[in-house]
Amino acid sequence: MSKSARPNQLFRNLNAKVASIPMVLTALVVFAGGTAWTVLYSFTNSKLLPRLNFVGLDQYYRLWATPRWLISIENLLIYGVVSLVFSLVIGFLLAALLDQKIRFEDTFRTIFLYPFALSFIVTGVVWQWLLNPDFGVQGVVRSLGWTSFDFNPLYNSSIVIYGISIAALWQGTGLIMCLMLAGLRGIDEDIWKAARVDGIPMWKTYLFIIIPMMRPVFITTLVIIASGIVKVYDLVVAQTSGGPGIASEVPAKYVYDYMFFAQNLGQGFAASTMMLLSVMIVIVPWAYLEFGGRKRV
Amino acid sequence: MRYKFLTAAFAATVALNVAGPAAATDLEVTHWWTSGGEAAAVAELAKAFDATGNHWVDGAIAGSGGTARPIMISRITGGDPMGATQFNHGRQAEELVQAGLMRDLTDVATKGKWTEVVRPKSLLDSCTIDGKIYCVPVNIHSWQWLWLSNTAFEKAGVPVPKNWNEYVAAAPALEKAGIVPLAVGGQAWQASGAFDVLLAAVGGTDTFLKVYKDKDAKFAAGPEVAKVFKAADDARKMAKNTNVQDWNQATNMVITGKAGGQIMGDWAQGEFQVAGKTAGKDYTCLPGLGLNEVIATGGDAFYFPLLKDADKAKAQEVLAETLLDPKTQVAFNLKKGSLPVRGDVDLNAANDCMKKGLAILAKGAVIPWTDQLLSQDSQKQKEDLFSEFFAKPDMSLEEAQKRFADIIATAD
Repeated sequence: MSKSARPNQLFRNLNAKVASIPMVLTALVVFAGGTAWTVLYSFTNSKLLPRLNFVGLDQYYRLWATPRWLISIENLLIYGVVSLVFSLVIGFLLAALLDQKIRFEDTFRTIFLYPFALSFIVTGVVWQWLLNPDFGVQGVVRSLGWTSFDFNPLYNSSIVIYGISIAALWQGTGLIMCLMLAGLRGIDEDIWKAARVDGIPMWKTYLFIIIPMMRPVFITTLVIIASGIVKVYDLVVAQTSGGPGIASEVPAKYVYDYMFFAQNLGQGFAASTMMLLSVMIVIVPWAYLEFGGRKRV
Repeated sequence: MRYKFLTAAFAATVALNVAGPAAATDLEVTHWWTSGGEAAAVAELAKAFDATGNHWVDGAIAGSGGTARPIMISRITGGDPMGATQFNHGRQAEELVQAGLMRDLTDVATKGKWTEVVRPKSLLDSCTIDGKIYCVPVNIHSWQWLWLSNTAFEKAGVPVPKNWNEYVAAAPALEKAGIVPLAVGGQAWQASGAFDVLLAAVGGTDTFLKVYKDKDAKFAAGPEVAKVFKAADDARKMAKNTNVQDWNQATNMVITGKAGGQIMGDWAQGEFQVAGKTAGKDYTCLPGLGLNEVIATGGDAFYFPLLKDADKAKAQEVLAETLLDPKTQVAFNLKKGSLPVRGDVDLNAANDCMKKGLAILAKGAVIPWTDQLLSQDSQKQKEDLFSEFFAKPDMSLEEAQKRFADIIATAD
């Protein structure tokens, strides 16, 4: 009797549990298993084929002594800061402007969101043409008569990464704008009315009332932008393929090139492990604060 | 690409019906020959193989070797091997052979007396691992060529140079006439290949071998190689306004007279031919940059994965024999613009530049190429270094040479 009264925890919602087994297995085997395998083999000297021949930290020493890897990291940092700051700021501004009950809001929203429908490869190729000194923006302005006009980011080693960021912003801000707009629409009208009654200027209302209330939206946005930053690869391949020289290389491209072109799996795994580590360093403290903190409240 | 593959597959089925069921075996052959001239050349191989009563199923992979090789390798290691596949002979397939995934062709080679007919001998050596032969070389492609635009030099008012030093001296005149002296595309392998050519031409054969074959890092940091870096610095200055990516765009600059010249392998010749230019009249070719007339024996070869199916294994043997057949060699190499791997074939239809190459080959002035001497890993590191070197005018020669020596020290 007592057994039937208190069924085993394990068999509660049995259908749901059975149904989720494939997903759990996929997550464990493909994600966790693949990650563990990669980390393990990053300590070997595997070349074309994976081999368990351990060489300690050799791959990591080599990685951090490679100029191309250091340039990749530096580029990722610049690209990361630029796309994080600008896509948040521009995305929020556009959303705030659209939120002023303007006419043709739908049209503007579609136009701003449209670039997001394109793949990074297409975006990259389009911007490669736009920024080409002979055919693109520079060429057009020069043909209009301003012959000394100079705007040539993709062929200049020191600013090429900004040229890539422009394309990324063009593609990505539309989505951020939509997320922000959804957040703004979620704010109760009464709050606006109360603020107006108190005579608080609009910019102050946004900055000190609305934005703090939009914290969940900002966090979602942050995660979406951050994951896009770490995995940036196709945009660089389409725009510059890492050039001029190795000035616009990024870590994901290093991993791919060393695993498949250089036939050096060990080195590629070491680089991807470092990428994982850097993501963990950012995500873990944040996740702890975000989720660990809430439980205690 | 998909279309071409389908067409080939379709053609194979149609031929199958015509020939009847008489022991016709389909063999899928993967390769990365997809440009106009290359596709025409590979069609010759397919024709010759089909004539033996078997069927060539074309598995062309677009996007050059760098894209194709990972696909081929993952098919072989993943248990879905093709009948035969192209690689550059040398060390690209080394580990596949060591893992026992490739077929030993020693029997076929002994029967066909390959050791006697294949020339130069080093070609077969790069197919040999532990005394067994694993691949069939089909052509020789050499990097050691300087292509010069006669029209560009005419415009600049200087005679067409006969070697690298005269060329460097003529660079200011070219620049004054608004011509880019040397075209080097942005792809990493182009800068790295140009340096290797300079190493063999300016430094000499011994220097080249000491660095890449013996991997003598101390020597690579020494004064002999410093001379080569000086020449590479000249090349870097001459190439600084190129602003194109692909090698054939760079070749096109030479064809149209926008650039004075280009250091590029003999495959560039196909571009000149397609553009209707004549060697000697419109353009000049200088093997070994006119300094050291050697050619490297890189090129393409076919490897055969180990298959369980006995019929297909038999067809592999037939294909291996067909590839080295004198008739196939001539038909294929004329279309491809490369040199045949047999010395006993007649190439009357060859143009001037190809004849120059054949003469050097006959003299035996050959060196092994970096594909044969260095692992892909070392090659990639070298590419990274030289693409940075060519794109960054402020990178000092000392720093570049030091990093080069470091790569050689750890090279395998």
